[in-house]
Amino acid sequence: MDNYLSIFTEYNIPGALWVNIQLTFFAAIGALVLGTILAMLRISPVASFAAIGTSYVNIIRNTPLTIIILFGVLALNGQLGLNLGGGFQENFFRLAIMGLAIYHAAFVCEAIRSGVNTVPLGQAEAARAIGLAFMPAARMVILPQAFRGAIVPLGNVLIALIKNSTVAAVGSVSIEASSVMKDMLDVRADIVIPIFLTFAAGFVIIVIPVGLLTTWLSKKLAVSR
Amino acid sequence: MSSSILFDTPGPRARRNVLVINIVGALVIVALLWWIIAGLAAKGQMEASQWDDFLKADTWMDYLLPGLANTLKAAALAIVGSVLFGLVFGIGRLSTNWLINGVCSVVVEFFRAVPVLLMIVFFNIFIARTLEVSSNSAMWAVVSALVFYNGSVVAELIRSGVHNLPKGQREAGIAIGLTRGQSLRIVEIPQALVAMLPALIGQFVVILKDSALGYIISFNELLFYGRTYSSPNGNVLQALIVVAAVFIIINFTLSKIATILSRRLSSRGVGKTKPGAAALVGGPAGLEAVEPGGAKPTPDKP
Repeated sequence: MDNYLSIFTEYNIPGALWVNIQLTFFAAIGALVLGTILAMLRISPVASFAAIGTSYVNIIRNTPLTIIILFGVLALNGQLGLNLGGGFQENFFRLAIMGLAIYHAAFVCEAIRSGVNTVPLGQAEAARAIGLAFMPAARMVILPQAFRGAIVPLGNVLIALIKNSTVAAVGSVSIEASSVMKDMLDVRADIVIPIFLTFAAGFVIIVIPVGLLTTWLSKKLAVSR
Repeated sequence: MSSSILFDTPGPRARRNVLVINIVGALVIVALLWWIIAGLAAKGQMEASQWDDFLKADTWMDYLLPGLANTLKAAALAIVGSVLFGLVFGIGRLSTNWLINGVCSVVVEFFRAVPVLLMIVFFNIFIARTLEVSSNSAMWAVVSALVFYNGSVVAELIRSGVHNLPKGQREAGIAIGLTRGQSLRIVEIPQALVAMLPALIGQFVVILKDSALGYIISFNELLFYGRTYSSPNGNVLQALIVVAAVFIIINFTLSKIATILSRRLSSRGVGKTKPGAAALVGGPAGLEAVEPGGAKPTPDKP
C-alpha cells in the first residue's frame, strides 16, 4: 500500500490532469467559436458558403485527430516554421490547443446544426404567420429552441474533448496525463494496474459531472412538444 | 432552399442577392486556396521533388501499403472484438438479474469514460511486461484498448436499440409463450441489430481513426510508416497529407454506406434507424451520453 501511495508524492498526478483541463478549456472556446461560424455557413442559403462548411466537416471529421495534432507540430511548426510564441513547451501547448479546436469544431458545427433540426417547420411558419420578419423570427422563435436542442450534443462534444485532450501527447505536450502515466508505468512496472486505475478514476471523476450537468440542463431547458 | 427552416423560399430579389453573395463566396474560396498554395510554394513545399515520392511504386509497396495493411488488420480485429464485447455486455445490461446488470453497467460506463489513449499506453506496457507477449505487443495493445472502448459503445447501441423497439414486440413475444430471454433473443435483438446497423458502421469509422493512436506506441500502422518514411526526406508535411487523404477516403466511404443503409433500412422492421455519423475519436461518454447526430444510448431522452 505504501508502495502505491508513494506515486502520489513522486509524481504530480492532479497537476497532470489539470493540464488536460486547461487544454480542454482553451480548445473548447476555440472549437465553439469556429464551430458556430461553420454551422452558420452550413445552414446559410448561399451554396458556396454551405460548400465551405460541408467540406470542412467532411474532411476534418474523417481525419484521425492524431494526424491533425501531428500536422501542427511536424508540418506547421517543424517544416514551415510556424511559432505560436511563448517558450518551447508553451508553443507545443498552443499548437495542441489549435489542433484540438480545429478537430472538435467540426463536431460542434454538427451539434449546432442538429439543434436547428430539432425545431419543427411549423414554428417558422407560425412565426411568419404572426407577421415576424426574418430576424425577429430567428431571434425570438427559432434560435432559442435550436440552442436548447443543441445542449446534449454539445455536452457530448465537450466530454469527447476532455478525453481527446490526452492526444496532445502526440504534439509533444509531455506534462499532460497520458505522458505522465507513460513515464510512471515505465519506472514502476510493479504497480502497472493501480497506476492505470488511478488515472482512469481521475478522468471518470472529471467526465461524469459534465455528463450529469448536460443531462440536467437538457431536461431543465427541454422544449416540450 | 426549402430544406432549411431558417429561410423562406427566396423571391426574385433575394435570389439575385444570393447569386451575388454566391459569386463573392466562390471568389473567397479561390483566394483562400490560392493563398495556401502560394504560401506553401513560397516555402518551397510545392516543388515536385517534395511530392513525387508518393507517386513512386516503391514508396507504396515498401511503406504505405504495409502500413495500411496493419491499420486495416488492427481495425478489423477491433471491430470483431467490439461487436462480440458489445453483444455480451449489451445483453448483460438488459438482464433482469440485478447482479449481472450492475456488473455490466459499471464495466460499460467505466470504459466509456476513460480516454482510449490512456488504455493504449497502459495495455502496451501491460501486455509486453506483465503478460510478457513479445511479438506484435503494440498491435494487441491497440486492439484491446479499441475493443474495450468501442465494445462499450456498441453495448449501449444494442441496449438503446432494444429500448427503442415498440413495447408491443416484447408483449407479443411473451403472449405467444416465450420467456423474457427467448423474446429478447428471438424477437427483440435481431430487430435492434438491423436498426442499429448504420450507427454501428459509424462506430467502425471511429475504430479506424483511433487505430492511428497506435503511432504513439510505435505500432507500425499507416501513420507510423508515413512518418518514418518521410522524416529523412524532409517531406513530413506531404506525407501527412497523403496519409490523411487515405484515411479520409476510407472513412468517407464508410460514412456514405452508413447513410445509405439507414435510408434503406428505415422501411424495414419496427426499430428506428439512426444515421451513423462519423463520431469523435474516443467519442462521447458519460452517464447518459448521446452520440452527436447518432444513436441515443438512453431511450428516455428528449
